[in-house]
Amino acid sequence: MTQIPLVQISHLEKTFTKDKGIFSPFRFNKGKFQRQQESVYALNGVNLTILKGETLCVVGETGCGKSTLARTLMGLTPPTSGEIHYLNDRIDHLDDNQRLLYRRRMQMVFQNPYASLNPRMTVYQTLREAISFHNPQMKRRNIDEKIEGLLNSVGLYADAMDRYPHEFSGGQRQRISLARALSVEPEFIVADEPLAALDVSVQAQVLNLMMDKQEEQDLTYLFITHDLAVVEHFATRVAVMYLGKVCELASRETLFSAPKHPYTKALLSAIPRLDTNAPELIRLSGEVPTPMEKPIGCVFQARCPDATPRCFSEPPIMKKQKDGSSIACHVHEEDQTS
Amino acid sequence: MSLLTVKNLNVAFRLGKQELPALMDVSFSLDRGERIAFVGESGAGKSILGFSIVNLISKPGYIQSGSIKLNKKEIIGLNRRQMQEIRGKRIAMIFQDPMMTLNPVLTIGQQLVEAIKSHTNITYRDAKNIAIEKLLSVQIASPERRFNQYPHELSGGMRQRVIIAAILLLNPDVIIADEPTTALDVTIQAEILQLLLEICKKNDVALILISHDLGIVSKVAERTLVMYAGRIVEEGPTLELINDPQHPYTQGLLNALPQMALPGQRLNQIKGSMPSLADRPSGCAFHNRCPYAMEKCKDQQPEFIHSGISTVSCFMIEEMLEEERNAQEGLL
Ligand SMILES: Nc1ncnc2c1ncn2[C@@H]1O[C@H](COP(=O)(O)OP(=O)(O)OP(=O)(O)O)[C@@H](O)[C@H]1O
Ligand SMILES: Nc1ncnc2c1ncn2[C@@H]1O[C@H](COP(=O)(O)OP(=O)(O)OP(=O)(O)O)[C@@H](O)[C@H]1O
Ligand code: SF4
Ligand SMILES: [Mg+2]
Ligand SMILES: [Mg+2]
Repeated sequence: MTQIPLVQISHLEKTFTKDKGIFSPFRFNKGKFQRQQESVYALNGVNLTILKGETLCVVGETGCGKSTLARTLMGLTPPTSGEIHYLNDRIDHLDDNQRLLYRRRMQMVFQNPYASLNPRMTVYQTLREAISFHNPQMKRRNIDEKIEGLLNSVGLYADAMDRYPHEFSGGQRQRISLARALSVEPEFIVADEPLAALDVSVQAQVLNLMMDKQEEQDLTYLFITHDLAVVEHFATRVAVMYLGKVCELASRETLFSAPKHPYTKALLSAIPRLDTNAPELIRLSGEVPTPMEKPIGCVFQARCPDATPRCFSEPPIMKKQKDGSSIACHVHEEDQTS
Repeated sequence: MSLLTVKNLNVAFRLGKQELPALMDVSFSLDRGERIAFVGESGAGKSILGFSIVNLISKPGYIQSGSIKLNKKEIIGLNRRQMQEIRGKRIAMIFQDPMMTLNPVLTIGQQLVEAIKSHTNITYRDAKNIAIEKLLSVQIASPERRFNQYPHELSGGMRQRVIIAAILLLNPDVIIADEPTTALDVTIQAEILQLLLEICKKNDVALILISHDLGIVSKVAERTLVMYAGRIVEEGPTLELINDPQHPYTQGLLNALPQMALPGQRLNQIKGSMPSLADRPSGCAFHNRCPYAMEKCKDQQPEFIHSGISTVSCFMIEEMLEEERNAQEGLL
């Protein structure tokens, strides 16, 4: 595969500030009284390159910033700082008009196809709207042909056209969202947990469809999931996130055969596998933290079974390993040097 | 000895003039301390079964016929008060959403103390001590602080732990857990399952796990029952069922898992989808999705037969066994 970087994300940060409500205490800050605000550090300096034609899977626990990463990438929410490049153009902070150019090249598929399809539009109307928006000159007849072709390609028949989203099963709805994303012939699709609400049998349908389309149209995917069995099957490379940071980035083979970061190891040990000689569960102490404060040192310190004093004082940075993967962990570093 | 015996349970929904069957002739038994699992796609009737056992089926659904015996005593038809007694003390239920069980306006401590005081006559102080001890036993750190917190101040994993603590107080014979970890993260999910498993083993509590994650089931249940369109279609020891599935539906479910295909290769999908209550096919309900379907599958219901160590209802398996038998007789 050619290694052309399609999207480059550097030092991306996103902080949400929430008013604590009318009862929150006032604070004297920088010369004026302010209501105390709560900050959520959803993205805490993410660096990631997405290569053309690959499937980059992003995994990590609830609240670690996966959806925020996807939404920032798509321009649905502006980053607090950092840069996003699409090929050679910088695409964070575009205005609406400039953004339109990219809407056609990048599309997003959401977890809940209920929420992302307009319930009052038939499948035909939904698809026609998307197509004619991006191809204003296209003739009605060509649009209709295209819609029929699209529906066929996602395994639905022409009689689906005049039905509304609620008349379809979960898997069919997710295929309709995919048809809508594909209708503008994008190069890059960001899929945020597209399989989460589906049965295994239906997951298989949707995954197969995504793989077929990738092959046919040379698509690039950023695929967010917490199902590691899916990752093991589908990913080219995997980025593991924890509390707003990428802590390990590796090819699929390397990640599953030689996980390095203590969090990745715990995550892999927790997959409920069918075989009986699965590895012993690595117990993490404590619950998934919320990113309300930036910890000094490593983001994983509170739950890490291997943490040393250094982990509480100095944040580890991503370092390239011999086998091509990158991880951010002091302990692993020391292992290697000793 | 059988602790819970369900026999020919039929549950239906009454919609207008229509009677839509949701469970058909469901029969199984559960021994003391045994752990079984129900699996199947969404809409198979797994939750309806769980609700039926604790008599929480509400209109328009109702139990048409059948029997559910706990310790040899029929529990269908018990009045509300008698059923509440059983639900509290003999059968406990854990739901996917812990807030179905927890009361949002009471602190964790208030809820646990109330549960303790409802069936023993002790002082608040003693009840509080017991509650804190139980919170510790489900691995909740700083239980004194959690005692005074409200459910919304806890994470999903911690709430599920509180419920397990509450269940421990009641010391039931059976726990029915309906997708107890579906809403949780993988690492937290693994810890909760481990906890549930340890507690069942330690206290000799029987478990009915409802899940569509075969990985989880294989870690927890000794026996697995596969449901399709309101019926049990296969039952067997979990490991045998996973390694040598008999029913075409069970085969399909297992084959569809991503780990069953080589990385990057197409997955083996089962064609079609689970039918809704209103359009359940006649005969074997799986016939319109089954790669082995024959003429008779379309209008006759296959009986349960023994195949190896499992029980399964499928004409294809029936014929296969028949052929094997004939071949053997031919050899004699
Ligand atoms: N609009 C918002 N306002 C305030 N906080 C937000 C907002 N969106 C997300 N957050 C917070 O940012 C953090 C990261 O959220 P995000 O949705 O990106 O997580 P995620 O990794 O997608 O989790 P999940 O697996 O649950 O989908 C969370 O703590 C979340 O509560
Ligand atoms: N109140 C109701 N009225 C009518 N039909 C119902 C009602 N509750 C459930 N059903 C139907 O009964 C069938 C079985 O539902 P059930 O909730 O038991 O499925 P399940 O196997 O638990 O699925 P899931 O994995 O999605 O939880 C479904 O077809 C469902 O639509
Ligand atoms: S009875 Fe017939 S249709 Fe049903 S599973 Fe067996 S072969 Fe398939
Ligand atoms: Mg998300
Ligand atoms: Mg259910």
